[in-house]
Amino acid sequence: MSIEFRHVRKTYPDGTTAVEDFSVTIPSHSTTVFVGSSGCGKTTLLRMINRMVDPSEGEVLIDGEPVSGIEPVALRRRIGYVMQNSGLLPHRTVLDNVATVPVLTGTPKAKARQEALAQLDRVGLDRSLANRYPGQLSGGQQQRVGVARGLAADPNILLMDEPFGAVDPIVRDELQQELLRLQRELGKTTVFVTHDIDEAFLLGSQVVILQRGGIIAQIGSPAEILAHPASDFVADFVGAKRGKRRLTAEERSAGDDVLLVDAGGYPAGVISAPDGRLILAGAGPKSRSVSNKTDQAGDA
Amino acid sequence: MAWVLDHLDLVWSLTLTHVGLCVPPIVLGFVISVPLGYWASRSSAARSVLLTAGNIAYTIPGIALVVLVPVVLGLPILNPLNVVVALLLYAVAIMVRSAADAFASVAAEVRQSATAQGFAATQLFWRVELPLAGPVLLAGVRVVSVSTISLATVAALVGIPSLGSFFTDGFQRNFAVETLTGLVAVLVVAAVFDLILGGLGRLLMPWNRRRRLSSSAAKALSQPIPTTGRF
Ligand SMILES: Nc1ncnc2c1ncn2[C@@H]1O[C@H](COP(=O)(O)OP(=O)(O)OP(=O)(O)O)[C@@H](O)[C@H]1O
Ligand SMILES: [Mg+2]
Repeated sequence: MSIEFRHVRKTYPDGTTAVEDFSVTIPSHSTTVFVGSSGCGKTTLLRMINRMVDPSEGEVLIDGEPVSGIEPVALRRRIGYVMQNSGLLPHRTVLDNVATVPVLTGTPKAKARQEALAQLDRVGLDRSLANRYPGQLSGGQQQRVGVARGLAADPNILLMDEPFGAVDPIVRDELQQELLRLQRELGKTTVFVTHDIDEAFLLGSQVVILQRGGIIAQIGSPAEILAHPASDFVADFVGAKRGKRRLTAEERSAGDDVLLVDAGGYPAGVISAPDGRLILAGAGPKSRSVSNKTDQAGDA
Repeated sequence: MAWVLDHLDLVWSLTLTHVGLCVPPIVLGFVISVPLGYWASRSSAARSVLLTAGNIAYTIPGIALVVLVPVVLGLPILNPLNVVVALLLYAVAIMVRSAADAFASVAAEVRQSATAQGFAATQLFWRVELPLAGPVLLAGVRVVSVSTISLATVAALVGIPSLGSFFTDGFQRNFAVETLTGLVAVLVVAAVFDLILGGLGRLLMPWNRRRRLSSSAAKALSQPIPTTGRF
């Protein structure tokens, strides 16, 4: 289930051009993150995939098939969608929310509910919450329900629009880890939208940094982008220039851990170095475990 | 008091007549206003036309309407249907605004997310928008109910029996106890209707009980209630 954007452009009826000319191929079974500041066209792009937005020019293809030829309602039922503030139906219980798409596609209610219970387990929600209404859940729990709902019909594609944008940093951290685990288990083709560069680097195997108008500032793996920012804009965006990510090891006699400080001299994290020797996690994206968690997102 | 006890039969039968006059306009007013209100929430042109028409209709004095309706419909002046039609007009005039506000109170976010899950347009209306408009719709129906029950007393002025007959009769005979009896009966009917509607709301919208209202719904609910009882 690869997704391809071919020279898409979107001008809204009021004349706003949200996306100018955007082409990207999203590989299957991995997570691609669109990251950029507010108003740069992320949501517009994401919604082109399930036809909530139709491009003014160009086309979006799923496995080589133009989505413009697929009936929108049918298309949406086979694509999971999770958004900020969960967008759960407030008048339906947690269980019925999760069962939404299977019920829409004709699964008998009892069976859909039974399967929804299993989905709750999968996203780490206690079954005792099944009969609550969304308004009776915490923000983090609501987001988990949103993820369970997005996965309930076992779609090949999962679209996530700033799903963790409105929860506190600790809960966000949990949800991100949970998503990484799910992604390892399920291997969905996931398109994730965020304005948080840390989140983008943590979750994405491919990261697309966007500028206003859906212009691609850089596309690549987190490691590539961190190591070789394509422009000052990107360097600034990932925080490399301001030293947020340029970390130096500081000698400390604190066991086997060496303290890392950023260019401003502030402690940013630790790295294991038994007997003064660094543990190298091997080349590639894994080395980003060094990146600090408390740093709030190169102020995207 | 003795008078009331002697006339309990009359009180009961006029109460039933009164209820019979009020239920059809309340129910039909709701059924007619929901699609109109939905339309008004979708198109600003429709909204301004419908709400203005509603305001104008509501300004027509009740007694004028009760006299005019039979002329327009060509019905005998003593046909209770005249009163029902007049009350229906008022009910729609009030309810369209509530219904428009009710549909506007459905969070765009929820509508978009439901669309993204794959609700088709009609499913979206019946399964998402209508139920979520419920709390504000209910608030509107409660206002319509009270207003209709109060207005229906005007029927007595053109000789159609209702609880208003106690007012006209008591006035003519200069007998305050009778007028007061009618007034209490109207209040009791209004209270019972309101209790029933509240109960229906709790039954049909269990999700609404502990939920904080979204800010737009709260705003729609806090709009001033139109004044009723126009003689
Ligand atoms: N329905 C619409 N009509 C007109 N303009 C729109 C519409 N939706 C979005 N836009 C405009 O298009 C541009 C891109 O919007 P979009 O929602 O795609 O941005 P975004 O990157 O998702 O932003 P955010 O991070 O704030 O969610 C913005 O300038 C926005 O104002
Ligand atoms: Mg957005």
